[in-house]
Order: sequence, then structure tokens, then C-alpha cells
Amino acid sequence: MKILVPVKRVPDPATTIRVLPDGSGIATDNVKWVINPFDEIAIEEALRIKEKQGSGEVVLAAVGQQSWQEQLRTGLAMGADRALLVRTDAALDTLAIARLLAKLAEDQKPDIIILGKQAIDDDSNQVGQMLAEMLGWPQATFASKVEFQDRKCTVVREVDGGLETIGFDLPAIVTTDLRLNEPRYASLPGIMKARKKELKEIPAESLGVDLTPKLKIKKLDPPPKRQAGRKVASVEELVQVLHNEAKVI
Amino acid sequence: MGDVLVFAEHQQGKFPKSSLTAILAGQELAQKRGGKAVAVVASDNPDSLASELAKYGCAKVVALAHPALKNYLADAHAQALAALVKSSGAEYVLATATAMGKDLMPRLAARLGAPMASEIVAINEDGTLIRPMYAGNALATIEMDGPVKVVTVRATAFDAAKPADSPAPVEKVNAEIDGASARMQFVAFNQTKSDRPQLIEARIVVSGGRGLKSGDNFKTVLEPLVDEMGAAMGASRAAVDAGFVPNDLQVGQTGKVVAPELYVAVGISGAIQHLAGMKDSKVIAAINKDEEAPIFSVADYGLVADLFKAVPEMVQEVKKLKQS
Ligand SMILES: Cc1cc2nc3c(=O)[nH]c(=O)nc-3n(C[C@H](O)[C@H](O)[C@H](O)COP(=O)(O)OP(=O)(O)OC[C@H]3O[C@@H](n4cnc5c(N)ncnc54)[C@H](O)[C@@H]3O)c2cc1C
Ligand SMILES: Nc1ncnc2c1ncn2[C@@H]1O[C@H](COP(=O)(O)O)[C@@H](O)[C@H]1O
Repeated sequence: MKILVPVKRVPDPATTIRVLPDGSGIATDNVKWVINPFDEIAIEEALRIKEKQGSGEVVLAAVGQQSWQEQLRTGLAMGADRALLVRTDAALDTLAIARLLAKLAEDQKPDIIILGKQAIDDDSNQVGQMLAEMLGWPQATFASKVEFQDRKCTVVREVDGGLETIGFDLPAIVTTDLRLNEPRYASLPGIMKARKKELKEIPAESLGVDLTPKLKIKKLDPPPKRQAGRKVASVEELVQVLHNEAKVI
Repeated sequence: MGDVLVFAEHQQGKFPKSSLTAILAGQELAQKRGGKAVAVVASDNPDSLASELAKYGCAKVVALAHPALKNYLADAHAQALAALVKSSGAEYVLATATAMGKDLMPRLAARLGAPMASEIVAINEDGTLIRPMYAGNALATIEMDGPVKVVTVRATAFDAAKPADSPAPVEKVNAEIDGASARMQFVAFNQTKSDRPQLIEARIVVSGGRGLKSGDNFKTVLEPLVDEMGAAMGASRAAVDAGFVPNDLQVGQTGKVVAPELYVAVGISGAIQHLAGMKDSKVIAAINKDEEAPIFSVADYGLVADLFKAVPEMVQEVKKLKQS
């Protein structure tokens, strides 16, 4: 099976994010950049499918800047076979990203595309679903279990109030939730091998997609700060203040 | 121009509060854009749902009917809604950012070639929208171009629509769905059984974290407090990943966002991803044995204590309070 995994470069979830005073973006001086955690889960799932089936190819794809090579190399070190970097320095919206990925998919013809359910920087939770519509494929978002029987795929999804199971034929889109798997670390031999794997750059303009953003971020503001409260000495005091002072019980 | 179509999600033949929230947000957006709000319900048999929806003061209710709309599936629903958006000339399509809203609306946006703003928390007078990014560490002001725009709203950021004086007219529409291209099949829904209030609607939420140490302790230690307080139960990701509780109890950046009157965090450290899902609660109380735990930086009332001693005591104290 040929599996395409779109990967985004995001700030490490452990970094404290600060908005720049002029509201034009976030301060990036102390940011460590990583693969979006949900995309690591996607890579892991793709590798497991390939391992289980004993054949196949895992292709990574990113739409971004030169620096994103770093995250693609990490994904190759985890075990992916090759990577594509659609190069652009422009600020794209999710529609344009999905359109570029759709072009790649038309060219690469994967059997399945596994994405993260959301990028932890923009928190949009959009690209996988948009891509599914553009390709006219089924979608299974928020997957916590993916199984195959020939060209038939069954996915358990994390939804409100429980777990939903849906089925469909390939090709299809899956987006990952946190419980799908526990991603592996890149091994040292993996890192050595990754240096020789193919990482192909494709200029975004060459794909003939309208990249003009229809959604613009005009500015960022820091959220209102919550006042830290106080410590109470006992359970009795806690219940008393919740009743008499906060009046919530 | 300026009209807003509000997709109202139904569950087990009813509209949850989150759907009424979308209606109010849709009415606010329509008013600021000089248009009207139209509520939409989709089902194989939408008549009684439509008359229920008609109570909430929209200009009109559209009942989209088609056998393929029996169970929710993204492809069929996106087709039906897209055709309706085009024929109605609405400027916005809006839904709540529930699991269904998050699944459906981006697919619809792509079908319409429309931009989409996820989980907005406010609507400015000039029609720009506010949405959190970076786990709530930044609030972005968003501007969208084009004849149609798609929006999901965060349920905790808007009130629920109230019944109006007179019902809205209902228009039944046979949905346009091309069966051949609807390629997904619903197999099963495994519902988490609970008699407790729904997490995102509850007045009080009591959440447990890794500090509880086991699923059994959730049952024997935390649940008595949850029930004594008439609360909904929530959890941190660590507790869900460890299998202590079902996935849909996860509160946080990548789980559910709650904003109850009272949030009680028990054995939760307060990672930024968890805070993103609860820091807009009116009052926050935290019980943690580590006085340096970050949860105390957002808690109005913090108790440094061993939860296995403190929680049973709290059950007794709340009981006493109710008796007095
Ligand atoms: C991509 C991504 C998404 C994430 N999304 C979410 C999300 O949506 N929601 C979420 O919650 N997390 C999320 N996380 C995880 C988050 O970063 C934390 O790892 C998680 O919230 C920690 O859960 P916890 O507080 O229960 O566990 P811990 O951080 O291990 O904290 C346990 C706490 O319990 C206390 N404790 C232990 N024993 C006792 C005792 N006997 N009495 C009192 N206190 C005790 C300890 O002092 C400690 O503070 C996400 C992480 C990533 C990378
Ligand atoms: N610039 C990008 N390049 C490659 N993949 C992306 C990009 N942006 C988003 N994705 C993919 O889409 C998923 C959802 O992102 P989002 O819709 O932005 O929350 C991510 O987890 C990635 O798998």
C-alpha cells in the first residue's frame, strides 16, 4: 500500500508561546521546532501498516519553508521512505494547503493519506477534511483504530459521547487522534539512513494552484490573564469558600 | 447578503445545548452583517425536529430530508448542505465545533471553495472574528474574503438561544445527494453510558488526572465527589491515555473545552494543553499534593493535599453543607 503522510512543522508543545508586542505573530527566538505531534502519530500508523503488510511505501509531504526539511528528515529517520517539500515562504490558508496536497495526491496516487487531526499551532482541524472533499474520497477523522481487509478500511473514531465505527473503500483520508498509537523515536541507524533518502523540493508556484489566502490573520493578542487565587488550609475551608465566597455550591 | 445558515446538530432526536449556542451565535453574526439567520436540520425524517427548531427565533427553518441523512456521514451531509448554501445565497454557514461540526464543516468549506474559521469565541462589530490559536496562548483576529464563509463556534463562548414568541416558518427541502459519490458507511456507535450531566453543558465539572492512579480510583474516590456535587466528570489526557476513563471525557486543547461555573481539578498538574480546555471556567478549585503544580497559577482556590485523603473528606463536607 502506498501511504502519503502530510507533515507540519510546529513549535514544541512544551514551549511557552508569547505574542509579539505588535501583534504580528509569536516570538520565535526560544522556540524549538518539531513535527506536529498528531503527524508523528500519522507517520507511526503508516509505518505500522507497511510493516504489517510486508510491503508498501510511506511518503511524507510538507508545504512550507526550507527549514521544514529538518522535520522531514526526522520523519525519514523514523522510517518513512521518501519526502516531498512543496516550497513556499508565503502565508497560506488551509484551503491553499489542501489544494497543494491534492495536487501531490493526484500525482503520487496513494491508497491512503493519513494526516494529523489538528496542527497544534493554528488549531484549525481542517486540512484532512478539505483534502478528502477535493479528492472526492471518504474521510475518517479522529481515528483511534484503523483496520484493513483488502481494499476495505474500518476506522473507530473518537466522537462526542463514545466511539463511532465507519467503513469505506480505499482510497481514503484518515486523521489521527491521540490514542491511535505511541510514535517511535528515530534510532541512530535510522538517522544515518535518513541522510541518503530522497527529499525532493517542488516550488509551490509550479503546481498551478491559486495560493491567494481567503483567510487572513489581522493580528494576534495575548489572552486575558487569569488572576492566581489563594491557597486554602483544609478541605473544610475549601468547601466553605466555594459556598460562602464564590457561591458556586 | 449577510444571511447566515446555522447547521443544528441533533442527537437522539433532540437538540443539545451546543446546537442552541450555534443558533444564538448565528443570530448575532447575521445581525452584525445585516442579514438574517436561517436554521437547518438534516435527517431522513426531519419533520418533528424542524418544528422543535422553529421555536428558537430564526427567520426560517429549513428541513433537509433524504434517506442518506439517516446517520451522520461527512460526505452526504456536505453535499446536501453545499447545495442548500448555493441555492439560498447565504454569506455564512455556521455550526458548533463539536466532533460532528469539526468533521463536517471543513469538508463543506472545500466543496464551496470557501475559507473557514474554526472555533471562534467572539464576533466583532465589523464582522471580523476572534479565535484562539496555540492552545489559547494567542487570540487571532480573522478576516475572510469571498462570497461564502464557513465558521464553527466554541460552545462555551456563546449563550444558548431561548424560545421566541412565535415559531419560525418551516420549509422542507429534498436534499440533493448523489448516492454514487456518497462512499462512506456507518457501522456502529458505541455510546459511553452515563447518567451524569454532559461535560460541556454542566454547571460543575470535577476532573481527575494521573494523580488518581487507576480507573478503579476514579470510581471509588472521584465519582462519589462528582455525584455528591451533581457534577459532570472530566479528565486529563494522561488519565484517558492510561485507560482510566473513556476518551470523550478529555478536557483540553485537543479534547473538550469547558467553562462551567465551578471546575475542580483533582490530581492534575495543569499542563498548558489542559488549561486550554478549562481556564475560562468562572471559578477554579484545585487539589494537588505538589504546591508548585502549574494548576495553582489559574486556580482561585488551591488545596495542597493528598487527594486520597482530601477527596473523601470533601464528599463528607459537601454532604454536611447540603444537610444544613
Ligand atoms: C499534542 C498534545 C495534545 C495534548 N492535549 C491534551 C488535552 O487536550 N488535555 C490534557 O489534559 N492534556 C493534553 N496533553 C497532555 C499534557 O501535556 C499533559 O501531559 C497532561 O495534561 C498531564 O495530565 P495530568 O495532569 O493528569 O498528569 P501529570 O502531569 O502527571 O500530573 C499528575 C498530577 O497529580 C498530582 N498527584 C499525584 N498523586 C497525587 C495525590 N496522591 N494527591 C494529590 N495530587 C497528586 C501530581 O502532583 C501531579 O501534579 C496534550 C499533549 C500533547 C503533546
Ligand atoms: N503546511 C502543511 N504541510 C503539510 N501538512 C500540513 C500542513 N498544514 C497542515 N497539514 C496537515 O494537516 C493536518 C491538520 O492541520 P490543520 O488543519 O492546520 O489543523 C496536520 O496535522 C498535517 O497533517
